[in-house]
Amino acid sequence: MSIKDMTKEKNWSGQKLVSTDYLLFEAPREKHFMTGSEVTKEAIKRCTVDASVSYPITPQSEAAHLIGELWAEGYVGMYFRGENEFGVMSEVAGCAMAGARTVTTTSGPGTLRAMENFPMWSGTRIPVQLILMARGINSPLTIQPDNLEVTFMLETGCMIWYAENVQELFDMTIAAFTVAEMPDVHVPIVTVVDGFFVSHTREAVMLPADDIALHPYDPYAAPLPPIDSEMPPGRFLRDPFVMKSNYISYATHASWQWEVRSAVDRSRPYARHYLNGLAHVTGDEDAEIVFVACGTASNQAKEAHRELAKQGIKSKVVKLRTIRPFPHEELLAATKSAKYIFVPEFNIVGWLDKEVTQSLYGKSEAKIIGRPRVAGGMSMPVESILQEVFENTNAKGA
Amino acid sequence: MAKDSLKIRMPALGGQGAVTAAHIAATAADTEGYYAVSNPFFGAEKRMAPSESYTRIGTVPIYDRGEVIYPDIVMIYHPQVITMGKSYTMPFYAGIKENGLVLINSDIELLTKHDKDFLDSMNVKVLTRDFTKFAVEIAGTELATNMAMLGALFGALGTIGKPAIEEGIKDRFLKKYTASGGTASLDSVIEKKFKKKLDLIEKNLETASAAYDLTAEWAKEVGLEPMLEPVSMVDGVRQI
Repeated sequence: MSIKDMTKEKNWSGQKLVSTDYLLFEAPREKHFMTGSEVTKEAIKRCTVDASVSYPITPQSEAAHLIGELWAEGYVGMYFRGENEFGVMSEVAGCAMAGARTVTTTSGPGTLRAMENFPMWSGTRIPVQLILMARGINSPLTIQPDNLEVTFMLETGCMIWYAENVQELFDMTIAAFTVAEMPDVHVPIVTVVDGFFVSHTREAVMLPADDIALHPYDPYAAPLPPIDSEMPPGRFLRDPFVMKSNYISYATHASWQWEVRSAVDRSRPYARHYLNGLAHVTGDEDAEIVFVACGTASNQAKEAHRELAKQGIKSKVVKLRTIRPFPHEELLAATKSAKYIFVPEFNIVGWLDKEVTQSLYGKSEAKIIGRPRVAGGMSMPVESILQEVFENTNAKGA
Repeated sequence: MAKDSLKIRMPALGGQGAVTAAHIAATAADTEGYYAVSNPFFGAEKRMAPSESYTRIGTVPIYDRGEVIYPDIVMIYHPQVITMGKSYTMPFYAGIKENGLVLINSDIELLTKHDKDFLDSMNVKVLTRDFTKFAVEIAGTELATNMAMLGALFGALGTIGKPAIEEGIKDRFLKKYTASGGTASLDSVIEKKFKKKLDLIEKNLETASAAYDLTAEWAKEVGLEPMLEPVSMVDGVRQI
């Protein structure tokens, strides 16, 4: 197989090319029982991916390995192992700049090692997808789930989406390529899941058949043309003033930084469509007790909602699905009834609490409580959420 | 009273197959029509180091993830979990809920009077058996200990039958082969391995089945109340 085997109807591996709408919303689905790592393979298999570069680090090693199997099976165009995460993130940038639909995966310390690359990704407007399986980054070393690393990603200019479970990881991975590649968006996308809680958790998931796949990426619709012998990475690097010390240079960089963030903002309508909204709200509409969370924390909050309902206490869960762009409107609308907003998190700093507090500043009367907060690999039993509710509100537990 | 969902904690030692057992348990429960989730927890460790896995089974959707801190059932795969504290929680039954169940794989009694008094006060039933001996005698390998533990769990619960366990075991050991089974790449070497695999599955099933019968009998003797609501399926659709 090679890219020359691609036709208008089929990709190089013989999969029928379909629209993202068909793949996500219309194609018949069947039930499977698999882990987040396994579902990553299933999603990538259906995305006509040109290139992937990997480096092993728990808990994403299985996903990286399985993408390698896709290459061996002829579904992914090119695949190799980088020398470390800095190398990997540079190499995927090279692939994407050359016009390839590119994906990679990493976790925790790998993310931090590669850090310089992420603002470079967004600055060069490559629509590369990073599937981030969050893991602790503190010393002494931990391999356990903890999403502190996400706080370092927030201002890199990349889009950041957060999947709650195995099903969402599948659907988001497919939608992520599509939204990131929109010519008026065209920025990198980081699809986050909590390591172990999703990567290693086995559960039921509905998948479309694997003989269909997304249309290939069209690099010539990109805001910056792909590199060739005349075109440097990030087309404007060719312009002489960019690396100088003068006002026009500063103005260029300032406006470009602004443009990258505007591009992330322009993804909202597409993300609303392909994700069925930037936030999902479940529970009692008029509840005074509101949980705002993303990823596994929203799972735990749903469990807390169910326990509170058994005791006759109303609550609701606002699950944020995009972190960049941040769903300000959706959050404000969903917390109108709130007297108490709890932000349960799997990290020590409470980055989502900060985001929520900043977003609602001057707009909401609700008391925002950034708890419970667990870290370092701890789980968040529903009992710990209920305890915070009973200690901080008028609600009485049984 | 039977619950709408159960949380099962499986503290084991690396290499014993607790991750596999949790995986098969969840697949079997899913096959039976329950909602089910399994996940492992382990450090950057090795054989004989603590390793835990968890299975959650219910007639309602399961959102809860991660370590089971308040379990209904604790399954101890190795005496060292108790004797050497190779557990993520101390004591090994920390957080256990009322009317719970503890299954211990050991050839000797390991509980102190204090342990027994506490578990009695919570109305937790305890079964200590040498499941490894079971595995050695039936499957011819101690590696099947996890299958004996798995059978023991479902024998005690009574709501997930042997056909579902069989499905779970086959799904775990045959999936890759069935996935590529249609292709012409199955050469004789793999066929040979395939036959060996079928043997292995057969032995595993026998081990699980014998342990299932043993605990089903034991549950009657000690008057273990039904722990998990039965699930009813009509034409493959879950009835709630």
